[in-house]
Parts: sequence; C-alpha cells; structure tokens
Amino acid sequence: MNRFLWPLIGFGVLVVLLAVGLNLNPRDVPSPLVGKPAPAFALTRLDAPEQQFSPKEMLGKVWLLNVWASWCVSCRQEHPVLVELAKHQSVPLVGLNYKEVRGDGAIDSSKLDAATEKRMVIDRAVSWLARHGDPYTLSVLDIDGRVGIDYGVYGVPETYVIDKAGIIRMKHTGPLTPDIVAGKLLPLLAELNR
Amino acid sequence: MRHWLIALLLAVTGIFSSGLLARDAAPLAADEATEKRLVAIASELRCLVCQNESLSGSNAELANDLRREIRNLIDDGRSDAEIMEFMVSRYGDFVRYRPPLKGTTLLLWFGPGLLFVAGLGALVIYLRRRERALGDQRPLSADETRRAEALLHDQDAPPRP
Repeated sequence: MNRFLWPLIGFGVLVVLLAVGLNLNPRDVPSPLVGKPAPAFALTRLDAPEQQFSPKEMLGKVWLLNVWASWCVSCRQEHPVLVELAKHQSVPLVGLNYKEVRGDGAIDSSKLDAATEKRMVIDRAVSWLARHGDPYTLSVLDIDGRVGIDYGVYGVPETYVIDKAGIIRMKHTGPLTPDIVAGKLLPLLAELNR
Repeated sequence: MRHWLIALLLAVTGIFSSGLLARDAAPLAADEATEKRLVAIASELRCLVCQNESLSGSNAELANDLRREIRNLIDDGRSDAEIMEFMVSRYGDFVRYRPPLKGTTLLLWFGPGLLFVAGLGALVIYLRRRERALGDQRPLSADETRRAEALLHDQDAPPRP
C-alpha cells in the first residue's frame, strides 16, 4: 500500500497541474498597460477624414477602445456583441481600425502609395461597417499599426476600458462574448461611472 | 503518358506560382552593425503571435512591424536597455525570454531547482531506508548456507527423467 501511495500522489499532482495548464488561455497575457495612462495619439477619423481624434478629447468620460479590421475573422464573430452593446449602453465606443490594408495578407501593400492606401482603407472600413452594422461612436485609422504597438496590440480584436482620468482599467484580448460583457465589462463600467 | 505530363506541368506551375505569391524578405538595415544589434535584441524577445518563436525568427506580420520599430529605435541612438524597456512597457515581461526576477516570477526561476532538490532528497531518503532494511538481515547460518548451495546446485543439474 505504502509503496504505491507516493507515486500515486505524485501522479495526482501532475494530472492536476496539467489539467490547470490545459485550461489556461495562452493568449491571456497580462497587459502592463492596465493602470497606466492610455498612450496618446492623433489619428484620422473614418467618418471625417479631414479631422483627427485624440484620446484626450475623452477625458472626463469612461469609454471603450476596440481594435478591429475587416480582414480579422474574430472581429466578425465579436461584432454582433458590440452592436448589441451600443444599442443598450451609452458608453462611447471608439474603434481603432488596425492595419486595414497592410494587415490583409492578400494585398501586397508595399507597392501602394500613401494616398491610395488611405483611400483603400477608408473604402474597405466603410463598406464593412455598412454590411455588418456600425456600433462605433467613431472609428480612427491606424494605417501602419504604430498606435497598435503603443497599445500592445498583438491579436485583433482587443478592447480597452479607459476611465475618466484617461487610465486604462481593463484590457481584453480576443473577441468579446456576451458572458464577458455581462460578467466583467458592464460591472466595471458601472463602477467607473459611479 | 499524357496524364503524367499534365500532372508534371501542374506541379511545376504550382511551385512557380507559390513562389510568386511568397513575399520578399524584409529589407536589411543599411548598415551591418544595426542589423547585428537588431538580431541580438530580437532573439531575446518573444513573438507574441506565435509565442514560442523569437522575434528575430518569426515571420508574423507583427514581428515584422516590431523589428522595424526596433530598427528605428537603434537608428535613434537608443541603448539596448531602453529598447527592452520600450517593448516591456507595451507587451509586459512575457515578451522577454529572460524574465526579470520578481515576486510573480519566483516560481519560474526557482521551481526547477526546487523540484531537483526535492527529487534528490526523495532519492537519498529512499536509498537510506533500503540500506537500513538490508542491514537488518543477519548473515546466513552455516546450515542455511549449505541448503542454499544445495538448491543452487540442484537447479544447475540436468532435469531428471
């Protein structure tokens, strides 16, 4: 009996460790940006390309920044959740359109000049939103992905919750689901808006 | 015969068209020293898209962007430490293959050592116990030795009919 007890305990511990490890999401990398000010930027607005948007315009408001692109398959999956959220919530939702043309593997963007690329970005983004619904208060264009790097974007879609003082309070990598919205996002928004 | 030719033709065009679709290698920086530093820094960094590949070896879109970013930082005259800081402040310690020693990484750093020590301890305890158990046995008496030898000889003897 005693002879088998310890190997059995060792085996049990190993099984538990592996089970926990398998259920962890390797994409769930803690962001160092949570608790830090949202990085500043000034990017072209999709709805008004002659204007720019900057996060400091949102000071005093709790708002969401959602990173999306028309080539991103998970964004399609997430989109109805955002449309639903926008219908029922008054929280401003800013879309960061991330590398709309450059991120699309099917396009060789190295041969495009800046003006052509920008036109393509706007065309593609506008038609995607027209087809799938536009939940965004406004969207901005991160054509070369520089702002994405500042926000530590590595897997579109990503969503940031930014508080009244401009501090990032939560980051979610991957598509938002109704469960995450109801269980995590809405309670946090309610708390920040108090 | 004709089938074979068609198959061959298809295979060859397949190879060539896939070659056409492949992207060109990312341009090397103008000077070699920059490129060397870039490779040195990028091999210390994890590609966040593929996770088990280093930034210098990865072909992911984001890895390309980050290498370009590092190249720009090098051209700006930033030190290696500053470039590391740039990456860590955006992507966290996870981006480093050699994470810093702190509270949350203690287990990561010392876990394997602890396991080794625990295993060594278990082995020592096991060996000692075995030795003690063997030491408890008194030597055989003369009579027992004779019987044991008889048994052994008996086995060596050819089987009786």
